[in-house]
Amino acid sequence: MPINNYILLSIALFCIGIVGVLTRRNAIIIFMCIELMLNAVNLLLVAFSKMHAKAALLAGDISGTAGTDGQLFVFFIMVVAAAEVSVGLAIIVMMYRNIHSVDVNFLNRLKH
Amino acid sequence: MQNALQIVYLIPLLPLIGFLINGLGRKYLSKPMIGVIGSGVILASFILSAWVFVQVKGGNTHIAHYFDFISVGDLKIPFAFQIDQLSSLFLLIITGVGFLIHVYSTSYMQEEKTEHFGRYFSYLNLFVFSMLLLVMGANYVIMFIGWEGVGLCSYLLIGYWFKKTEYNKAANKAFIMNRIGDLAFLIAIFWIISRVGNVNFSDVFAVANGEVEFKKFSATDITVITLLLFIGATGKSAQIPLYTWLPDAMAGPTPVSALIHAATMVTAGIYMIARSNVLYSMSHLTMDIVAYVGLATALLAATIALKQNDIKKVLAYSTVSQLGFMFLALGTGAYVAAVFHVMTHAFFKALLFLGSGSVIHAMSGEQDIRNMGGLSKKLKITFWTFVIGCIAIAGIPPFSGFFSKDAILISAFVKSPILYGIALFTALLTAFYMFRLLFITFTGTFRGTHEQEHHLHESPAGMTLPLIVLAILSIIGGFVGVPEVFMHGGDKLSQFLAPVIKPGEIHHVSHSTEYLLMGLSTILVLVMIVAAWFKFRNYQRTEETGFGKVLENKWYVDELYDKIFVQPLHQAGGFFKSVFEGSVIDTLVNGVGKAVNYGSRQLRLLQSGQVGSYVLLMVLSMILIFAVQFFIRK
Amino acid sequence: MIAFFLIFLPLLTGLLTFFIKEEKLIKGFAFMSVLATLAVSVLGLTLFKAEENLQFTAQWMQPLGSSFSLKLDGMGQLLCLLTAISYPLVFLGSWNSTYKKPNNFFALMLLAQAGLMGVFLAMDALLFYFFWELALIPMYFLCSQWGGERRIQVTFKFFICTFVGSVLMLIGILYLQSKTPDHSFSLRAFYNLELTTKTQSWLFWLFFLAFAIKMPVFPFHTWQPDTYEQAPTATTMILSGVMVKMGLLGLLRWLLPVLPIASYVWGDVVMSLSIIGIIYASLIAIRQDDIKRLVAYSSIAHIGLMCAAIFAENKSGMQGVLLQMFNHGINIIGLWIIVEIIERRFGTRKISELGGLAQKAPAMAIFFVIIALANIALPLTNAFAGEFLMFNGLLNAKSNYYLWFTVFAGLGIILAAVYTLNMIRKVFYGEVNTITAAATDLKLNEKLALGIIVVLIFWIGVYPQAILDVTDNFSQTLTDRVDISHLFRKK
Repeated sequence: MPINNYILLSIALFCIGIVGVLTRRNAIIIFMCIELMLNAVNLLLVAFSKMHAKAALLAGDISGTAGTDGQLFVFFIMVVAAAEVSVGLAIIVMMYRNIHSVDVNFLNRLKH
Repeated sequence: MQNALQIVYLIPLLPLIGFLINGLGRKYLSKPMIGVIGSGVILASFILSAWVFVQVKGGNTHIAHYFDFISVGDLKIPFAFQIDQLSSLFLLIITGVGFLIHVYSTSYMQEEKTEHFGRYFSYLNLFVFSMLLLVMGANYVIMFIGWEGVGLCSYLLIGYWFKKTEYNKAANKAFIMNRIGDLAFLIAIFWIISRVGNVNFSDVFAVANGEVEFKKFSATDITVITLLLFIGATGKSAQIPLYTWLPDAMAGPTPVSALIHAATMVTAGIYMIARSNVLYSMSHLTMDIVAYVGLATALLAATIALKQNDIKKVLAYSTVSQLGFMFLALGTGAYVAAVFHVMTHAFFKALLFLGSGSVIHAMSGEQDIRNMGGLSKKLKITFWTFVIGCIAIAGIPPFSGFFSKDAILISAFVKSPILYGIALFTALLTAFYMFRLLFITFTGTFRGTHEQEHHLHESPAGMTLPLIVLAILSIIGGFVGVPEVFMHGGDKLSQFLAPVIKPGEIHHVSHSTEYLLMGLSTILVLVMIVAAWFKFRNYQRTEETGFGKVLENKWYVDELYDKIFVQPLHQAGGFFKSVFEGSVIDTLVNGVGKAVNYGSRQLRLLQSGQVGSYVLLMVLSMILIFAVQFFIRK
Repeated sequence: MIAFFLIFLPLLTGLLTFFIKEEKLIKGFAFMSVLATLAVSVLGLTLFKAEENLQFTAQWMQPLGSSFSLKLDGMGQLLCLLTAISYPLVFLGSWNSTYKKPNNFFALMLLAQAGLMGVFLAMDALLFYFFWELALIPMYFLCSQWGGERRIQVTFKFFICTFVGSVLMLIGILYLQSKTPDHSFSLRAFYNLELTTKTQSWLFWLFFLAFAIKMPVFPFHTWQPDTYEQAPTATTMILSGVMVKMGLLGLLRWLLPVLPIASYVWGDVVMSLSIIGIIYASLIAIRQDDIKRLVAYSSIAHIGLMCAAIFAENKSGMQGVLLQMFNHGINIIGLWIIVEIIERRFGTRKISELGGLAQKAPAMAIFFVIIALANIALPLTNAFAGEFLMFNGLLNAKSNYYLWFTVFAGLGIILAAVYTLNMIRKVFYGEVNTITAAATDLKLNEKLALGIIVVLIFWIGVYPQAILDVTDNFSQTLTDRVDISHLFRKK
């Protein structure tokens, strides 16, 4: 499959994520949108790494390590995202306990 | 036998030592001690000066170099003294008259507290020191040091009775007006440095004479330098437009007026121009200006003196007027005549001032001549010496004033008969106001209070002895410069000064004309004296009206200066202080702060606290960066 | 090593002073410390004046291209001597003042001394900037904690003004460093830079603003009278006697030789500003009723003359400025000592409320008159030789308007006489009034401090060559370096 299709899919996912973050007010949905954006990037990273591995093989490099660093990054991102989700969800739960809502527009105290 | 010229440094050093002893020990020394030290150092200086004078007369001149005062790059200003004919003559006048006045002061200031008595003598000694520096300096900078030094002493002594605000104001006025002249003097010095590279008299005059290769004065240089020096001289020697401080300076003790404001300090300007005669002779424009300013000052001051009623003010304006005569002489190229008049004037004007001091002493501080009269009976010595002084200043032969004034009048005649006419008229006014003063003070009936009349007494010997010595000098002092028509080779002074002041071209006046002029002036002077006798021998107090009132108020010059110089500066200062500083500069400075403050307050509104808006902004900025990367960078 | 000790000694003693509790002990310790510094400084001028003793270099932020390099050249020697002499005089003259938390006060004063020494000695731009700020910060605390009623507002103005200047200078320094071939902050590297006229011009203004605020030059001066008025007098003495010399030193070491073309191009503008400042400040001084503010404005006028003479760019002017930097420091400290005594004894600084002090306190009057006359440059006092050389420099300046500059700067001399004599007349002469009737004369420590000042005044006045010799080499090198006539010749 040509790389262009992967790129187009990633862009579409990423834009959906951005629009979601910008337009939705529910904190959980915003969270999901952020995950969407992260995964769009992950998808892109994997696609590129495969592309590079193929190009290396064709060039005569048979070690098989070419392009693996892209996939490594994906793991890092997944780990960080998992940590972020756990912290973020905890915050959202605390927020719900305090103000009985998960609407981010209530959280405008940052300006002080 | 040691040569006196090797120890000339002692001449100014002795008064300096006297200053230190009297100044530091004023609380511990007794009055007689202070008087002896104060006068003694001057006497010692006088003896040394006389010794030096004899050596110089024998043809020895000397430049004593001590150390480099300032040395920067090529500019070297040595601390050096120059002893030649001109300076040795001035040394004699300064220390001689100075000594007499010191002696006089020991009696005159007797009623002061010991502490202030010591202060007075230390100031006087410091003055003599500065004046000696002025005339002994071998370059313009040392001269300038003395020049400002005498100004300082003048300031200190005018304000000697520092409790009286009026006196202090007069002292300030004297200092500040002198400073105006000093600034011009300084700029002249810098101008000379930029052309010659140093300020030694010998080098400057050598360059002026064209004796040095690669260095030359242009005609403009000469005119500018001489004019600036002359402005300096107008400050110190009280000429138009800077003369108004001298009459006010009479606030000081009378011996101070005699020493500083008549005999020595005010003649510093004449000394400076006579010293620079090489430069002055090269600029006709400056010479003309000097002559006209001198004559105008002489006339103006003489008219004011006609209507003054303070005994010292009359003498002060008379001094201004006589100084004007000296500048007239300088301006007509008769440098020797000017120096000659400095000398005779030192004698008779010191005599007159000390005489007035004796009168004031007798009258317990009264200075208004309208309250005097008939003093000749009580103050015999004072009266007769005063008469001699008046005759000398009026210019009746064979008294000293005649010879010097005659020399000036003749040189004015050579330049232009109109100058001569005005000068003669001024001389007649001089005779008239001096004898007006004499008659109002000493003849007629006493017009003061009974207390004063009861108290009238002749002054003690300490005061009358200097009067007598000065009276004798006023009579015979003129014989050093007898005109050629009377006696061949009689003009000893010109011959003596010839190495410093090159004798100019011989007078283009025939002997008969000269006799005629002398006769004319003598007869007219006698007429004026007689007129004064009839008008003032029985003086009664009258109010001045019309023109007399203008003269009594000194042509309102002080008021004019106040309006056009003092007030505007004062107002400008006030404006800057309370308006400009606050509302312009501070507003600018604070404005910067306020602008930052305002800007921050506006920027703060961007922080709405809405997470959504932050994210939106972030996304928009990223898109912008991408756009820039894509469309502009390429 | 001399250079190192000059900084290290006050720094160490300053830090120690924080921990002393007894007031007498603090004063004594601080006084011993400044005497030791003075001794070191004098040693540097006499016994140890060999080149290697006067230099000090150590590793310091090597990766940035900066090194801890100090050197006592002619100007450094002179200004360090001034700093070293000033401190004992200040402590001696204000011995009778009491301060709350004296340990902090004296410690900060000593730290400021270390900073000042560093500024005068630094041969590395980053080090210079570091000490520049180090000198400023103790001053900020001294003014804001021990100052007068309006101290917070005034200190804030002072701090912001000088800080803005410092930041501009830092930008200039960083830019210069980036232009040097080996990215070095050293002064020598800066001197070897060859920049275009345009670059020099904007850099010139960055540096000049910093120095102009510090000196201060009209119209950047308004922080100064306020600060002098509000700061504790001992601090004011250091501020006006020593600290303003930082700006002048900056011009002489970091501006003119580094940016010679721009200095020549903008010289006329700077000289005009300085001379406007002379007349402006003198006119305001004539109308001042507060003695402290009067002395402050007179200081602005004097600094204006020095700044103008620097931009005359010839040896006479340079030598005059260097000499006058020393003289001005000595004289103005003398004036402040007496002003402080007056303020402390009578509780007023208003000239109109004083009068007749000469009767009650003759010694004070004599000292004041001598110092005031030195301040207006009477011959045979120290300032005469300085002003003489500066005016001579101005008249021989390369500017087209040299004559106007000289004449207008000369008017300053006359105006200086007016305000100084008026102040003397109103404060010391005349009759005593209710405030001054109970006046007493000087105490021994005050007499001692003023006596030393007067001796210095006359010594330098009669033999200015003593100081001129110290700085002769320095000003010769400087004049050669700022001379850009060879550039014209090439074209």
